[in-house]
Amino acid sequence: MSAPVIDPVRPAAPGTPAGRSAKAQRATPARFDTALGWNDKPSLAWALRILLCLIALGIFAAPFLTIFSGAFTTNPSGSSLSFLPHDSTLLNFRVAGERGIWDYLGNSLVIAGGGLLLQLVVCTLAAYALARHRFRGQALIMMLFMMTLMLPEEVIAIPLSLVLGDVPVVHLDLKGTVWGVILPLGAWGFSVMMLTEFMRDIPAEIEEAARLDGVGELRMLWQVVLPLCKPALGVAGVLGFIMIWDQYLLPLIAAKDPTDYTVTVALSILRTDPEVGSGVVLAGAVIALIPSLIVYLLLQRSLVTGIAAGATKG
Amino acid sequence: MTATVPAPAARRGLDKRGSHKKAFNKKAVVPWLFLAPGLLLALVFKFWPMAKGIWLSFFDVRPFLGDRWIGLDNYTRVLSDNRFQDAIGHTLILGIGQSVGAILLGFVLALLLEGQARSLKILRTAVFLPAVTATAVVGELWRLMYYPTSDGLLNSGLHLLGLGPVQFLDNPNIALYSTMAMGIWIWAPYNMVILLAGLAGVDRSLYEAAAMDGVSLWQRLRHITLPAIRPALMIVLTLATIRGLRVFTEVYVLTGGGPAGSTDVWMTRAYTLGFTRNDIGGASAASVVLLGVTLLLTVTINYLRKRGEAR
Repeated sequence: MSAPVIDPVRPAAPGTPAGRSAKAQRATPARFDTALGWNDKPSLAWALRILLCLIALGIFAAPFLTIFSGAFTTNPSGSSLSFLPHDSTLLNFRVAGERGIWDYLGNSLVIAGGGLLLQLVVCTLAAYALARHRFRGQALIMMLFMMTLMLPEEVIAIPLSLVLGDVPVVHLDLKGTVWGVILPLGAWGFSVMMLTEFMRDIPAEIEEAARLDGVGELRMLWQVVLPLCKPALGVAGVLGFIMIWDQYLLPLIAAKDPTDYTVTVALSILRTDPEVGSGVVLAGAVIALIPSLIVYLLLQRSLVTGIAAGATKG
Repeated sequence: MTATVPAPAARRGLDKRGSHKKAFNKKAVVPWLFLAPGLLLALVFKFWPMAKGIWLSFFDVRPFLGDRWIGLDNYTRVLSDNRFQDAIGHTLILGIGQSVGAILLGFVLALLLEGQARSLKILRTAVFLPAVTATAVVGELWRLMYYPTSDGLLNSGLHLLGLGPVQFLDNPNIALYSTMAMGIWIWAPYNMVILLAGLAGVDRSLYEAAAMDGVSLWQRLRHITLPAIRPALMIVLTLATIRGLRVFTEVYVLTGGGPAGSTDVWMTRAYTLGFTRNDIGGASAASVVLLGVTLLLTVTINYLRKRGEAR
């Protein structure tokens, strides 16, 4: 291969050669800041980049506009679909409301709120034990939580639906209640692992100082550890919400009849309803989209760092 | 100093063995109290169903009549079933195509949108939207884009190019690839975020050094960037492979396995068997097979990854 060998361990040019221009001595000139060496000055490459960015935007973001425009259009189908609505109307939302979309949204919000709260509490408690205590079987427990990640809902869906109908030992029927969706979401391996990693980095001195003051375990968690974990809790919260909102199979198998569906699952009811048009389905899609959109736009920094950190550690 | 430390403990152990033991026990119990809710929920809603699924896969499950042990019959029945065999092919095509496509496109997006500028941050926020949208909503969105008449969104684009309307979801030869395109659209932005984190970790001075050595852009990409983000690439690949095998929701909301079973994947098949045809034993066997393959694959990839790191 004719490529010059680039030694990856070469030090970062600490002794700058005397003859180099002042421009090259800048910490990192823009063209060294990206893998492709993008330049921020107008040039052919710069124009190409803008064009490619527009295409990416068109592919990944513009389709969302069609949902909105369709939802506000009286009877969208084929040619009447566009990126902007041409006769804006709230009729679709009214019809979707008559079909119970707000009840489905209520189910979704209760499940998302309750599920997220339970998930955060359960995972924080477990992470605290795993990160700040040493006990026998710790590695095994860690592995069990890791396994819950490898054990997706899809694979255990069929037996899980039987378990939800008749919970072992207590013999409760959770089907048709929000608990049937909330409880299986409680122990999420990802949150446990991430919070554990984060809590481990809290210096032992802080904990020891608090212990000398006679702080008990619960107060230690609540008043010492948790305030230091706010960034990690933010990540667990936003990722947990997105994960719960995306649940499809679980609410489907936990439902006794269609009124128990969440808003995302209920979209299929609207779609198969011969009396409503695609505009109503899109109104439903908008209603199902907005909560996750709000959470994402408000907390996107947590989300992005969480995915990146979780992935690089995982 | 160090010698005096164990002394009080030892003395305490001698003097009041009882209370010391009690204190020790209390300390040992504390972590388990904190773990209890999580372990209980995982046990009841993850591990117990898993065990039950494995157990039921050996039975002919008959409501009200009692289950009958039939050994491996469920497995042979599922594995020799034509529609399940077709589903294996669809799952592999969809899984591999979707993973490779999403990784390549994710990498291109990461390279394109890397940078500190505020406009790039806004662009990344917009491009990431598909990854945070519920799959059911994405399904509705793509049904709309795939509208089969010539005035549908994608078809009107094709019409401009002089191509006839394509039955994206109704043509059994095309439907699987239409599903794949949606999968790539969902997962490419997700991979982009992971790969961007990898790109951010590349030593900038290497780019500078490479520029001084007069290295071409392609060589720089191949010899500096790619080796540096290899860990991130491996993670993306692992996640994508596992996800690909158990794909369900994407297919279920877009095509429901149709037309004519042309997009039926392993899990939609198992779902139909279990919930539509009430063949719990067969569906459990299918799930156990998938679980086994997933575990095997995860272990293999982890092993390869460790070996790769050791080298």
